[in-house]
Amino acid sequence: MTDGTAARSAAGAPPAAELRGITKRFGPVLAVDGVDLVLERGTVHAVVGENGAGKSTLMSVLYGLHRPDAGQVLRDGREVRLSSPLDAIAAGLGMVHQNFRLFGSLTVAENVVYRAEPARFGLVDRSAAERRVEELSARIGLDVDPTARVDTLPLGVRQRVEILKALHRQAEVLILDEPTAVLTPGEVDSLFVVVRRMAEQGTTVALVTHKVREVLEATDRVTVLRDGVVTARLTTAQTTAGEVVEAMIGRGLVPAVNPRGAVSGEPVLEVSGVRMPAAPGASRVQDVSLRVSPGEVVGIAGVSGNGQRELVEAVVGLRTAQAGTVRLRGRDLAGLGVRERRGLGIAYVPEDRPGVGTAAALSVADNLALGHHRTPPIGRRGRLSPRAVRAQAADLVRRLGVKTAGVAVPLSSLSGGNAQKVVLARELHHEAALLVVEQPTQGVDVGAGEEIHRLLLDYRARGGAVLLVSYEISELRALADRVLVMLDGAVTAELDAADATEEVLGAAMVHGGGAHAAGTTTGGGAAR
Amino acid sequence: MDVLNLAFVAAVLTSAAPVLYAALGGALCGRAGVFNIALEGQLLCGAFAAVAVSWWSGSPWLGVLAAVVSTAVFSFVLAVGAVAWRADPIIVAVGMNLLALGLTGFIMREALDATGTFAPAGLQGLPDLDAIDGVPVLGAVLGRATVLVPVAVVLAVALSLWLARTSVGLRLRGVGEHPEAATSLGVPVTRYQMATVVVAGALCGLGGAQLSLGTVTAFTENMTAGRGWVAVAAVMLAVNRPLWVLGACLLFGAAEAWGFRLQGIGLPQQLTDAAPYLVTLVVLVLSRIRVRRRLSAADPLAAENAAHPEAVIHPEETR
Repeated sequence: MTDGTAARSAAGAPPAAELRGITKRFGPVLAVDGVDLVLERGTVHAVVGENGAGKSTLMSVLYGLHRPDAGQVLRDGREVRLSSPLDAIAAGLGMVHQNFRLFGSLTVAENVVYRAEPARFGLVDRSAAERRVEELSARIGLDVDPTARVDTLPLGVRQRVEILKALHRQAEVLILDEPTAVLTPGEVDSLFVVVRRMAEQGTTVALVTHKVREVLEATDRVTVLRDGVVTARLTTAQTTAGEVVEAMIGRGLVPAVNPRGAVSGEPVLEVSGVRMPAAPGASRVQDVSLRVSPGEVVGIAGVSGNGQRELVEAVVGLRTAQAGTVRLRGRDLAGLGVRERRGLGIAYVPEDRPGVGTAAALSVADNLALGHHRTPPIGRRGRLSPRAVRAQAADLVRRLGVKTAGVAVPLSSLSGGNAQKVVLARELHHEAALLVVEQPTQGVDVGAGEEIHRLLLDYRARGGAVLLVSYEISELRALADRVLVMLDGAVTAELDAADATEEVLGAAMVHGGGAHAAGTTTGGGAAR
Repeated sequence: MDVLNLAFVAAVLTSAAPVLYAALGGALCGRAGVFNIALEGQLLCGAFAAVAVSWWSGSPWLGVLAAVVSTAVFSFVLAVGAVAWRADPIIVAVGMNLLALGLTGFIMREALDATGTFAPAGLQGLPDLDAIDGVPVLGAVLGRATVLVPVAVVLAVALSLWLARTSVGLRLRGVGEHPEAATSLGVPVTRYQMATVVVAGALCGLGGAQLSLGTVTAFTENMTAGRGWVAVAAVMLAVNRPLWVLGACLLFGAAEAWGFRLQGIGLPQQLTDAAPYLVTLVVLVLSRIRVRRRLSAADPLAAENAAHPEAVIHPEETR
């Protein structure tokens, strides 16, 4: 079963790192149960699984963040005892966490050499530090300015700083924890180039992810975890996406896809000539027009920060547009606030689920009642009926299959996918005419993501109009009837779903629409 | 150069020095990630210990040493309470400030048998820098100050360089900015923070000694009169940068020195005494307005964008 063991005896050299029979409990929860993992030298090894499958726990054991209850950690064939990340670093391990651990106000070089500084008489030798960064960058083909302040850098570059930090400490085994979560598609590609280059130079990379595409694109071996045990050990070249997904979720995945078809009826949402001032760091919205019909999903594609959020804010009423009109079923929404607009039939699933979409400390039931607190049976003459809140919550939780220990537990105890289902349940159950949804499956497992897609398409099938903002091309392709591309605050291309291939959309997101646009081009941005 | 103006510079430096010591301590703590608002109490502690030991031993230098040691020991309350035991530093510091006020008054009454002010005939203050009296300009500026005055200015520059250039300084900056990251690289964060709080206490001790054995030679109940709070304001204004702290404290010193002058031309003392605090207030408000202006769009989502510019990708860079 363990093909890694066979490979080791064939090659004669011990694997760079190996976990044997690792078991780890947190209280009553058995997070990892007797897991073996073999990381061969110079390979890129995917460790995949859904949230809670145990992959993070396993990597934490390998990096000395958790002591296993049973099992061994081996480096180059020798057992090592790792009681802290410092032991792991000393043993030649490195880890790039999902939330970077960088000092924003310090320079790249200072971050890389921190606590392993080249120093003379107690003074940090800056030029030596900068040379070191340049040398390491050149070795793996990175381009990083050692003197730049880290908080001025985009996330993709910060991740490179994390990688350099590990390399500066002579890491031979590098753990990348969900490294693509924060990256743009282009940055993902260049990360994988770097990873490949490191592997060629003998570094062993463990890539923790739940995205199947990345597994197939960037790795040599795959270990799949589900519920704390290994469900598959695969060689990437000889496997398929279906096989990996099945091992991850324990069943085959039938992706939800928009059946498409003619759309008719008066538009539910009509945006014309909307302009919004620029928020700091984002684009202003310049003269955007669009319409969404009943039973239609209109996708907004684009790299984050190109005016999508500002456009959404103008529609749902969080901010007032500088110019232009927003109409819902023919009615001009000018001067109406969020509450009035919701009353008229706008539902909204924001991108920032923990910050805006939910009140994490409140119970599931309270979260489901938010925004409905003035309408009977929940709210009557300024008084809430706790019984009605609970009854509604129990009903919605059952209907949408939200996995929760009860409706009274705090929302923060739910996984990302279940929390998102709570938000969708809240926004959808009163059947608003228009649903504005941003990044519906961000931070959501594959299985739950599929269910969320299905919920959105069911809503569409019932005649609901959906304005969908997403940075994931695959999501737009699965859900949208039409796709508009936003760049620098303008709609630069409009495509029918059939024409919106990965290549066309990807190019339009970066370069604007131009020749690729199949439909009419709305707005004034196409000329750039 | 105009002798009067040089005298004014001398007055500014003398007024600024105690605040500067406290503020440098506060800035170090800020850099280490400990918000230290116990500066007022620590200054008072230093001022009292300096006078008490100088009077008892007859040596002002022993007084200075006692101020440094006793205030450093006093700062263990913050180091242990807020750093080691993770109590709220604001609450611990408020307690320390009240304790310092009450305790100095109490000991003064019980042990020194004085109320209000303690300034016995034999009390030795720190000597002036008579040696450089003859030096042009420098003599006029520092000739009648104690050695603690120029040392404070030198210390501001030295600390700035120390933070920027040394390994330990780099690590300290990291500790305050992102303690988890520092821990993950093997820097003992708690130890760094506790040591910094104690060093800050020692600096406050020097500031207190300058106040009670340099600026005047006496201890008066609550003689710091808000200087520690002005130091806190200076720390915030300077965002924990020692050189900016120096600037802020000189501004405060100038306001105080200017206040004495206004008194000379007949303005009521209550009004002139308020000058440094008014200046502090105005500068604080102005600096906040500047920050607010920068976050031009005043709605919460835009402010959030401004607070996390890393979350926004600029299309220009990808093109």
